[in-house]
Amino acid sequence: MANLETNFAGIKSPNPFWLASAPPTNTGYQVMNAFRAGWGGAVWKTLGVPIVNVSSRYSAVAYKNNRMMGLNNIELITDRSLETNLKEMKEVKKKFPKNALIASMMFEKKEEWHDCIKRCEDIGIDGFELNYGCPHGMCERGMGSAVGQNPDVCERITSWVTEVATKPVIVKLTPNVTDITKPALAAQRGGANAVSLINTINSVTGINLETMAPNPTVAGQSTHGGYCGPAVKPIALNMLAELTNHPDFKLPISGIGGIETWQDAVEYFLMGATTVQVCTAVMHYGFRIVTDLNSGVNNYLDSNKMKSVIELKGIAAKKLRKWQELDLNYKVIAHIDPVKCISCQLCYIACEDGAHQSIELLPNIRVPKIMEDTCVGCNLCSLVCPVESCISMIEVKTNKKKLVWADHPANPLN
Amino acid sequence: MSKNIEKFEKIKPQMTPSEAVVESSRCLFCHDAPCITACPTSIDIPMFIRQIMTKDTIGSAKTIFSQNILGKSCGQVCPTSVLCEGACVYHDLNEKPIDIGRLQAYATGQAIDKNIHFFEKGKSTGKKVAVIGAGPAGLACAHELTILGHKVVVFEGNKKAGGLNMYGVAPYKFSNKDAIQELKYVSAIGFEIKTNSLVENPSKLEKEFDVIFLGAGLGRSKKINISGENLSGVYGATEFIRDVRENKANVGKNVVVIGGGNTAIDAAVESSILGANVIVIYRRSEKEQTAYTFEIEHAKKHDVKFVYLTSPVEILGKKSVDGLKCIKNKLKSSSRKSEINTVKGSEFVLPCDMVIIARGQEKMVDFFKSISKLKLDDGKVVVNKDFQTTNPKYFAGGDCINGGKEVVNAVANGRDAARGIDKFLMKKKSWRLDYNGKS
Repeated sequence: MANLETNFAGIKSPNPFWLASAPPTNTGYQVMNAFRAGWGGAVWKTLGVPIVNVSSRYSAVAYKNNRMMGLNNIELITDRSLETNLKEMKEVKKKFPKNALIASMMFEKKEEWHDCIKRCEDIGIDGFELNYGCPHGMCERGMGSAVGQNPDVCERITSWVTEVATKPVIVKLTPNVTDITKPALAAQRGGANAVSLINTINSVTGINLETMAPNPTVAGQSTHGGYCGPAVKPIALNMLAELTNHPDFKLPISGIGGIETWQDAVEYFLMGATTVQVCTAVMHYGFRIVTDLNSGVNNYLDSNKMKSVIELKGIAAKKLRKWQELDLNYKVIAHIDPVKCISCQLCYIACEDGAHQSIELLPNIRVPKIMEDTCVGCNLCSLVCPVESCISMIEVKTNKKKLVWADHPANPLN
Repeated sequence: MSKNIEKFEKIKPQMTPSEAVVESSRCLFCHDAPCITACPTSIDIPMFIRQIMTKDTIGSAKTIFSQNILGKSCGQVCPTSVLCEGACVYHDLNEKPIDIGRLQAYATGQAIDKNIHFFEKGKSTGKKVAVIGAGPAGLACAHELTILGHKVVVFEGNKKAGGLNMYGVAPYKFSNKDAIQELKYVSAIGFEIKTNSLVENPSKLEKEFDVIFLGAGLGRSKKINISGENLSGVYGATEFIRDVRENKANVGKNVVVIGGGNTAIDAAVESSILGANVIVIYRRSEKEQTAYTFEIEHAKKHDVKFVYLTSPVEILGKKSVDGLKCIKNKLKSSSRKSEINTVKGSEFVLPCDMVIIARGQEKMVDFFKSISKLKLDDGKVVVNKDFQTTNPKYFAGGDCINGGKEVVNAVANGRDAARGIDKFLMKKKSWRLDYNGKS
């Protein structure tokens, strides 16, 4: 058995699976249930000056039969008093001393930040997460993503916190920027011990065609919300790798965005995350999904003869390069396994109408045929094929040395 | 010529990996799932299915085996359509339920094939337990006791261990190869099995063992006390199925099976697959038939004919069977236990060369009477909630306490009896329910 114990910027937890600051960490009741189920840590629903929420708060994108492929919310930070939250957090920490309990915070004034930090440290919290990410409601008041989108403000407020906090400080980043490394480096300059990403993405999930109003509606109107769930994982993985691969960025990263299965978690570790945070999957299925995360990561590490999650860290990020560094002499072509093929011909029409016209249909034969001389190896046919490992992309030996764009004869600079 | 036993094709064939991924993705992962409640061993079905979906098949097998060490055979022999799959919420959407049995056999089969074990012998307690009967109840009990650190010796009267899974289940559900492989996997934890060791008088074991677990099952097929029952060509269903499993059944050309339960159906289908024309006669009507509907449908697919409201009167023949004299019945009321009246003058003869009697099995009353202070109720051993009998040194589970149910019921009894035995031997106040510390 591998050891899943984690040390994230000095914050220890029995495993790298944390609950993200969100509805599942609203109360002590929920967080204790989560720790009983096997979660290693929890980032409490963001503390701040109490707000008022609207009714009807979530909407989702379903893809065919799959419910909640993406989830959107217009809920704000905690709507409970700081006293109530602190009392419950203290209770949780007392009952579960080994689990990581992080206070997420969002304030306007320096004094408010300082006051909350002190009170949180007094009750034995393990660390802080600064919510610079919330893309709706709070940003219009100069908080949340309004901070995350402005590196100078991000740095300044981070330094307010780090000048008094004695516990590790994590800055949670918004993806609603063109370059994620800018706010991340600003957080680092501000003295942060770690970052977490991504917070939710600006979104409108869809329009109700009967009422002609966007979802979710509040008295016939709507507002843009924050998008999360399985749909956002690719965006998060890219941003994660950008930080992992940035030469000047040195902080540990907690990965967030669409994590539901152990496989998702492993992908985040491979892209450089030390811990992962989960919200949408718990909102869909409950705390018990952590059983699969624990078992799956353990068995994966065992099967790779690894002892801890740290060994996975960043392996895939190193393989994520600039386009210019890719080998232009490498070639694959598609191969259809006629035994596995169920003759749906989806690969044929995808290639014919959508790609490179390199699959043909022969008379009276349902199984399509790859035209190997024109196939460019784009993968599309293997992506649309409904049968697992029926279409494989096979490497063709070109016997040519690696050639990158900088050295390519077609490059006008050569 | 192919051997008889090779004629039996699996009705629940092994899933391919892509089938398993597609099927497991359909599961809704219900909270407090009805399938778990419907499973006598309470396997966390949504969790093991989710683990198949995420390709953590080994984790999935562990989830299953933590509740049911015979999870492989249960996946194949359980009447899933009336248990877990029968409870699936998809029924309410008029959708096909999740194929739970085959998914379970898929995951457990991978762990067994790769010989990956999840449990080990517990620290020795110095206590010794004798288990009588190496069937599902006895094996589940022995396995759990071994985890708990007790030394176990299983006594089995037959040549091979396995009980129902080896001798009593239809070969198209679970093959001999499957049974042997599972037995090897379960017993690898390190308990002793003594085969060819029929225990006639359990009290002789009392000195050597601290506790004796009775997992003896049921006896021979019941006789029906009509003339001709001793002719050659007359079989009890249990004995016939056993012969099929041992590949020595000599099936007739025209077979009449007497009885309306699941064992009657098994015997009928097996006879049909082996080449016989088969008629099942049942004294009541189709409505009262105790066999599961899916089993009856399965039999009809194998051209088994059913004759209802018919009772046997006499088995005809000189040395061997050449016919079964029957009489038509009328039910007095529509109740399931209605009195049956025969219709005068309605006798008729079904020509046949083989008669299989499937009217239940004997309870082993004489065997149990040899144990002092052991209370029986209608031949069934009486136990408390810890599966302890009225003689505190004896615990019991499986068919001998329930009169004959499914393999999965026996496994649940055996496992829980082991926990009861542990509580008794170690003077514990209660038993904590599972290995993960959840109570």
